[in-house]
Amino acid sequence: MTSASIESIETAKGAGFENHRIRVSVLMFAKARELAGLSEVSLEVDEGATTADCLKILVSTYDKLQSITESMVLALNHDYVENPVVVNDGDELALIPPISGG
Amino acid sequence: MGEIDRASPEILKELEALRKANAELLSEISALQKQLQGTVEMSSKPICIDGPNAISLEHNTKFFSQTQHILYGSSSVQESVAPSEAKLEVGSKARANINEETPNSQGISVAHLENDWIYEDVGGCIRKSMGNCERLHNLDPYTISRYSRQLLVPAFGVKGQENLLKSSILIIGAGGLGSPAALYLAAAGVGCLGLVDHDVVELDNLHRQVIHTEGAVGETKVKSAAAACRAINSFLKVNEHYSGLQASNAVNIISKYDIIVDATDNLPTRYLINDACVVMGKPLVSGAALGTEGQLTVYHHDDGPCYRCIFPVPPPPDACQSCSDAGVLGVVPGIIGCLQALEAIKLASGTGEPLSSRLLILDALTTSVQKVKLRGRNHSCIVCGDAPQLSRENLHQFDYEAFTSSLMSDKIPQRKQMLPLSYGVSCKEYKRRCEEGELHVLLDVRDAHQYAISALPNSVNVPFSQLKERVPQIQDLAKGIDLEVEEAYPTEVLAQSLRPIYVICRRGHDSQKTVQFLRSNGFPDTFDIVGGLECWTREVDHHFPKY
Ligand SMILES: [Zn+2]
Repeated sequence: MTSASIESIETAKGAGFENHRIRVSVLMFAKARELAGLSEVSLEVDEGATTADCLKILVSTYDKLQSITESMVLALNHDYVENPVVVNDGDELALIPPISGG
Repeated sequence: MGEIDRASPEILKELEALRKANAELLSEISALQKQLQGTVEMSSKPICIDGPNAISLEHNTKFFSQTQHILYGSSSVQESVAPSEAKLEVGSKARANINEETPNSQGISVAHLENDWIYEDVGGCIRKSMGNCERLHNLDPYTISRYSRQLLVPAFGVKGQENLLKSSILIIGAGGLGSPAALYLAAAGVGCLGLVDHDVVELDNLHRQVIHTEGAVGETKVKSAAAACRAINSFLKVNEHYSGLQASNAVNIISKYDIIVDATDNLPTRYLINDACVVMGKPLVSGAALGTEGQLTVYHHDDGPCYRCIFPVPPPPDACQSCSDAGVLGVVPGIIGCLQALEAIKLASGTGEPLSSRLLILDALTTSVQKVKLRGRNHSCIVCGDAPQLSRENLHQFDYEAFTSSLMSDKIPQRKQMLPLSYGVSCKEYKRRCEEGELHVLLDVRDAHQYAISALPNSVNVPFSQLKERVPQIQDLAKGIDLEVEEAYPTEVLAQSLRPIYVICRRGHDSQKTVQFLRSNGFPDTFDIVGGLECWTREVDHHFPKY
């Protein structure tokens, strides 16, 4: 596992408009880290993108993440995300699946 | 000793002074002991200073040197024998025998103390405390002395200690999390500690289950942990629950305690504990650890969420690995277990802000601790919501193992036979074929870091996760050729003569999946070595390391 590496994902720009692009840093914990194979990734998205959009991009990039999207805490800037919210440049999104060991 | 030799003269001087003081103290004590023996009928050689277990003097010189008073085991050895300022403090056992005329030097009457003990029922545990004194609190001198360093903490103080002494705390799981939690709660002076576990102490758990010793291997964890807690604090009431927690007994056990500590190692038990805590209205201090990561939160407290509010859908079974599968750095549950003790102490004593509605995440690799705010209580939660489906009456019917598709244990589930039997060979049969000199390929599909622990000779490590990418390599191996000599053979001949492939892993799961994959990708002569390396150790070579 390359826990120290930070990858960068750049997605296609929205067609037609000259959209502003923003960067969101994504932290992966526990099983998310294992499934994605890294602990941190920098995500470039269109301005106005939501947490749900970010998750969609992450799952399409790291398809193994799909299995745990229903059972994890999604936190934006250390705050629980219940319904999709718009992300801003420099935001930090965390994927926190539960761990059960002891 | 080498270090002491090199120490500065001042330190050596200081050390010498300390040694002298210690020697003086010891001689004082032995003089005292002699006098006592002359006048008092001693029940045993060491003076019993407190509790059901006598604490021998020679091991407690520090304690004696710091206490101010001696209350003797009998009135006949009054003040007259006290040799100096250093006097002995005697706890409950001796104090209960004190003659009614005996005042201590602080002038606090200790008369009729036998009758002055208050027996309180705390969650089914009897807690002894003192009353009938003109005091602001119920802490007796021994208790004050014992917990003085906590009493000195302004945020905790007498009130905190009193509350703690009255509290009863249940620790579910006496493993990596439960070990430090139990040790600290026992030492901190909770009134009653319940311990739940159905497992026995195992050698490969000692790296993190620090409450147990090598000598306890094979003993039940509850017995071993209870003994350790009692050794730390003889005042502690310890309840031993050997049966483990099940849907049938959870409500009953949990109902007897004020605070519940989830120190378990598996998903279904976590849901069960959560539900039982909610229906019984108990705060739940939840901790978890795996690999190099830990999590901590307090559920169902102060209108905060419960475990189901946060994780209504359990993760798929392979997403919640156990420590025996994925490993764990011992100190990680150690840290989380300590934090669980802290949260339990805060809840019990009414100190500070418990970690409710927030999740603490420990990343040991980077030594980073994060706190994430959680949602509030989910009003549609099936257990703590406004119209709950689970109640104390029906909770025992809920099938937690089916709900989570995993077992209430961190033990590895029985190996499932996924392949037709003819696709497998036993370890013994494989060994026989090796001895016959059969040309073959032995693929070990464990992860590289596991392969590095121990591996069979002549095996080739192709981790299961890399299988697809490494088919060409497997093809070369099956052809029995090195890349250098490939040119020497016509390819059509090579294609006809693939060597059989045997696949092994740790326990025989991934090997079966590998066989399935290879057989449907051009390697019909592929076999599973049934039961993996664990079976190899059991049936063929007892010296092959098991992990
Ligand atoms: Zn809930």
